[in-house]
Amino acid sequence: MTIKIVFFASLREALGVDSVDLQISGSCSVSALIRQLSDQHSPEWLEILTAENIRVAVNHDIINEDVEVADGDEVAFFPPVTGG
Amino acid sequence: MEKKIQVQEETFDLRAEYDHLRSVSLKVGAVVTFTGTVRDLNEDESVQVLHLEHYPGMTERELDKIIDEAAERWDVIAATVIHRVGDLYPGDEIVFVGMSSQHRGDAFASCSFVMDYLKTRATFWKKEKTEEGDRWLTTRESDVTAADAWDKAQ
Repeated sequence: MTIKIVFFASLREALGVDSVDLQISGSCSVSALIRQLSDQHSPEWLEILTAENIRVAVNHDIINEDVEVADGDEVAFFPPVTGG
Repeated sequence: MEKKIQVQEETFDLRAEYDHLRSVSLKVGAVVTFTGTVRDLNEDESVQVLHLEHYPGMTERELDKIIDEAAERWDVIAATVIHRVGDLYPGDEIVFVGMSSQHRGDAFASCSFVMDYLKTRATFWKKEKTEEGDRWLTTRESDVTAADAWDKAQ
């Protein structure tokens, strides 16, 4: 199955990419997804994506704990918001 | 309740937005509007350009939820939120929040609430281009405190 992963603002610049399509087999938690991304790219990704202030949203909903993702889901990583 | 949510590069027409909020119903007795603009100085550095990006889809949904929460707390007849994205310059308008209600108390409070929640929840990010280089803005503690105060007041 395919999970679309998107990055915003300073996080996007730190990773040098704005989105990644990740192929995974079976079910997968957000934390497992982060590990897979780090394995595929660099250990630095793990550090950046798990930094304390980083927010995670699945299908446009902020998550506060690890959840399972499914085929077609969109997972977003971003820093605290600064609009207005 | 009448809701209007727009994320756009172009500016907005204050008079047109006010007219919409006022004329949506004859029950309207108060219209409160807030406009946020770009300052030329932030944290002692001269700002040349303010770049705003957002998360299309999630931003609109968050704004919709914020307005719904305001309508649960106060009498809201119509609500408008317009937020600009892209490159903005000192003096430019960034954000518009307008609320109409039967009475001024609800219009003032709901407008303030929507703006405070927008600051901490809506998926926008600002990057300043200054003479010293580019920098992403970080969350202000005072903005978090303002939003938290509404949570406690619930």
